[in-house]
Formats: sequence, structure tokens, C-alpha cells
Amino acid sequence: MAGNGNSAFVYSDAFTRYKFTEDHPFNPKRLEMTLDLIRTLDLLDPGQIVTPRPATFEELARVHDPRYLEAVIAASAADADPDDFARWGLGTEDTPIFTGMHDATSLIAGGTLVAAELVMSGAARHALNMAGGLHHARRAEASGFCVYNDIAVAIAYLRETYGARVAYIDTDAHHGDGVQWIFYEDPDVLTLSLHETGKYLYPGTGEIVERGEGRGYGYSLNVPLEAFTEDDSWMNAMRSVVIPTLQKFAPDIIIHQNGCDAHHYDPLTHLSATTRIYREMPQVTRMLAEELCDGRLVAVGGGGYDIWRVVPRAWTMLWAELNGDPLPERVPDAWLSRWQSESPDPLPAHFIDPPGSFEPIPRRAIIEEKNEITVRRVLNGTPLLF
Amino acid sequence: MLVEQIMTRDVVTLAPDNTLQEALDISRRHRLRHLPVVKDGFLVGLISDRDLRAAAPSSLDQAGDNSILCDVRVEQLMVNEVITAHPLDFAEDAASQIYKHFIGCLPVVSQNKLVGIVTERDVLRTLVEMMGVNAPTSRIEVEVPDKSGMLAQISDLLRARRINTSAVMVFPGGKEGYKTIVFRIRTMDPRGFIQDIEAAGYRVKMHPCAVTDGEV
Repeated sequence: MAGNGNSAFVYSDAFTRYKFTEDHPFNPKRLEMTLDLIRTLDLLDPGQIVTPRPATFEELARVHDPRYLEAVIAASAADADPDDFARWGLGTEDTPIFTGMHDATSLIAGGTLVAAELVMSGAARHALNMAGGLHHARRAEASGFCVYNDIAVAIAYLRETYGARVAYIDTDAHHGDGVQWIFYEDPDVLTLSLHETGKYLYPGTGEIVERGEGRGYGYSLNVPLEAFTEDDSWMNAMRSVVIPTLQKFAPDIIIHQNGCDAHHYDPLTHLSATTRIYREMPQVTRMLAEELCDGRLVAVGGGGYDIWRVVPRAWTMLWAELNGDPLPERVPDAWLSRWQSESPDPLPAHFIDPPGSFEPIPRRAIIEEKNEITVRRVLNGTPLLF
Repeated sequence: MLVEQIMTRDVVTLAPDNTLQEALDISRRHRLRHLPVVKDGFLVGLISDRDLRAAAPSSLDQAGDNSILCDVRVEQLMVNEVITAHPLDFAEDAASQIYKHFIGCLPVVSQNKLVGIVTERDVLRTLVEMMGVNAPTSRIEVEVPDKSGMLAQISDLLRARRINTSAVMVFPGGKEGYKTIVFRIRTMDPRGFIQDIEAAGYRVKMHPCAVTDGEV
């Protein structure tokens, strides 16, 4: 019953080759599990699947230093020594080198490029690349599990080929720093990141005062939320900032990074959201795409480190929203029984975590208050809005 | 570090109908340079010892008539538009406000009530203990006994995990005989490092914002 049929699902089994080590938190099994859940629910016509192609050296070099690209290629050899690549942020515990790394990460970057092409050319209304969302990668440095910045590569393509104004929304729990820095001086790329404050959490940036530079001043927005922020406060912040800003910016296309690591179960972050926000956030960006840019919306994945209990549900809801499909309340038994034996924890049976699934946070009121102040400061200091 | 961790909670305040003479006496007695003016717990203004001294006759003028100080009420002289801080603001944000606005203190307001005050002095004390960096890092605070070799010991754990460090700050711990080492480390997944630290017998401090006094 795949919805309007005019949404593209960019996917290849080869996406799962982007894998560092067996026990690394960035585990591509989450892609298989999500695809299986989407298929179990019959939400995907085979005709909607678009096979990605690798991004070329030239396409990657629009945003990455060619010397860095050469280093990644060298580090992808079977006999590469990790110590040779430390200056590029590679061979670290976060981003170890692995054989075939360049091919694997080029394919993901190419996947997001293809998604952007499909949507901008009108071949598809929306497109999803779950494997994309590598938002920490910098111009000449791997960072935070990200080798090539597929989002930046796609944005640079949209700028160069179409002269498009791009609104980039990042709702990963970690600050979307890589994309922000790459377009920090570009007034035609609005980067808007909603994340857990960097007080303790990687990458430590994403403060309100990071607003862009030069002609790009005012076109970077950051909403650093307190640790232990819950659904209502998160969604209030998202709607309050994203809606007016995008309406004013009037983008030609929206790219939404859908990291789902703000969930209570996520092992790397300290936010306390439930899956409800992963239902509501794509609704907000899809609504804005319909209102502002003929529906043009590219969605990518991102973080999400509880691969069992969170990611498959979150990204299935994302795809259902893009595809205009209704979802049942319950996760199908067939899927649960297929994956339960591998999961270290009981798999949740509902897409939306039922009320009362988690203990309320003791200092909820003061956290909400602080977040409201943050939102007010973000809006007050945004020249774009005045 | 948050404002609530550096602010003075027990704030000496004035009422709007105190006289300037009373205000001057209070400021001298407590050796305070800034006095928030409070009505029913709500902050309504701020007055500084400099304002009070400016309003008073010169001490060199032996014949000076101090009676005016007893006739004028604080609310007539106080500043009404007060720049404030929130308990969950960063200490460095408070520092920046104080610096930018040429002011000496920030009353701390939550739920519209005065809950504390941060002065230049509090900020300076804090800033010498803090340092910020702008590289992608996770921040880990470790409480270690105040003795030699601790930094090296924790750094060895980082080396074993091939994690690079962007900044290290060491400052006095919250309790007698301890220090806090703050690492800004280049990893998105500090769990292993945190486990190593705890396995070595040290405590990792996390998230003062969400806890009351104990754990979440």
C-alpha cells in the first residue's frame, strides 16, 4: 500500500559496508532492520527503490580538501597503518580506518546526491537516504563517525547546479557542526541545528552565538537544549524556531537530517525524548516543504545508537510520513519475532512509546524554562526574521 | 559550569521603600557593592553603592546635610531595567554579559523570583578555573585525589584508547582533598573511557543540570 508512489527510497545493500568495527556504536545493521520493518508493513514498492552511485572525486572535492580525499583513499587500503592518518581525524577510536572506506563513504555521499537530484529535478517529490546524515565530517577531517559529509556534498551540488537556496534542518542530538562550518559564510544555505547543548556532549559546539560569518551572518542557527529535555519541550523548540525561520528564508528545497539519538534509550546522549518526536518532526518539515517549495524534501538518517529499540521505528515513521502512508499503532509481530532473539533488550511493540514509558525528569520545569529562554534568544538574535 | 554553581544564594536585598540611608548602612555593614531591590520575592530593581555614594553629600563637607538620604526612598534612585541571568546559564555567558554591559553583577532570576546573584568577583573566580575550546569534543570531568600523578594516570587511559585530547583543565574539587580534571576529548563515544576511569577507581561527574542532589 505504498502511499503516493512519488517518494524515492535510495538504498543499496552496499550501504552496510560503511562499518568500522564489530563493536563500534555506528552499526549498519540498523539499516537492515529498518528496511525489513518497512517491507513487513508493505510501505515500499520495488519501483520506489533507487540504487545509489558513488560520488565522484570532483563532487566530493566541492566540499572536501583534495588532500583529505587522497588520505581517505590511502587509508582504505588493506595494509594501511592507522597512525599515518591521525592528522585527518582517521585511525582514531571514533573513526577507525577500514578496508574499502573510501568506496563505502563515497556511495553514501552519492546516495544523498542522487536523492537531491531526484527531488530537485522533479523526478520525485521526496527522497530518503537512511544511510546519509554524516553531518560531523569537516572539510579536511573525519569526525564523530563521519568520513565524507554527504549532506554538504549534496548541498554544494544543489548550489552549483541549480543555484538553489537550501534550508538544512538537523535534529540529531549532536550539533550539526560539519555542515554548519562548511556553509558558515553562505547566505543561500540556512543551517539550523536543534541538539543537546555541548556542555558535555560531543562536539561541544552549537551555541546560540554561532550565527554565521560575513555575508552568511544570520544564516546559521543553533538551538542548544538542556540535557534531559523531553518531548514537549523539544517539539516546542523545533516548531518555534524552524517554522518562522524557514517561512522567512523561502528555500527552494529542504534537507532534513533525522538522527534519532535524542531518545531516552540512546546510549550516547542525555536527552529524554520518546519516539513521538520522530513522528512529529518529519510532519513539520514535510508541511513546510509543501507550503514553501513545492514539496521538495530530502531526508537523511544520522545518529541513532539504540539500533534495536529506536532506529527501526523512528525511520519507518519517517518513511511513512514522506510516502504519505498511515501506520498501524503496533509494530508487526512478524518483525518482532524475527529480530527479538538478536536484541539485548525487549523490542517495543508500539511505534509511539506509550505514555508513562519513562519516569518524568525531576527538574522538568526548570529545564523547560531554560529551553524556552534559549528559543527566545535564538529568535531575538536572528536578523533574518526582522 | 553553570551560574547556579557559582552564584551567591543568600542575597542581601532591599525593599523599594527602604531609605537611601538604610541602603547605605546595609551596603557598608555587609561590604556589598550591589543590592537587588525585591518586592514579594520579585526583582524590581538594583542599586549600587556607587549610586548611593553619588547621592550622598561629600564626606569632606563637614556641614553636609544627610537628611536627604533619610527622605528619599530606594525606588526613586534604583535602576528598573536590570540585566539578569538564569541559574542554568553558563558561567561564561554571565561573564560576557557583565563585560559587555559594563556592569558589576547579575541578579539571578528563575520563575520570575530572585534566586541568587553573580558578581564580577564570582565570575573572575570561576573563569580562572575554566577554559573553552572550539574543536569537536566531549567534555568529561573526573574527580581525583589531590596528589601527584593523577593527570598522567587518566591520560594513560586516553592513550590506550587512542583518544586525542583538545584541552585539559585542572581545578579544585568539590570536596576536601580532591581535584577535578576536565578533559575535552576528541571522541563522540566517551563511554569506554568513562568505564576505564571508573574501573580505575575514580568518579566521573556528569550533568548537574538534571539532578536535584543525587542521581537522576
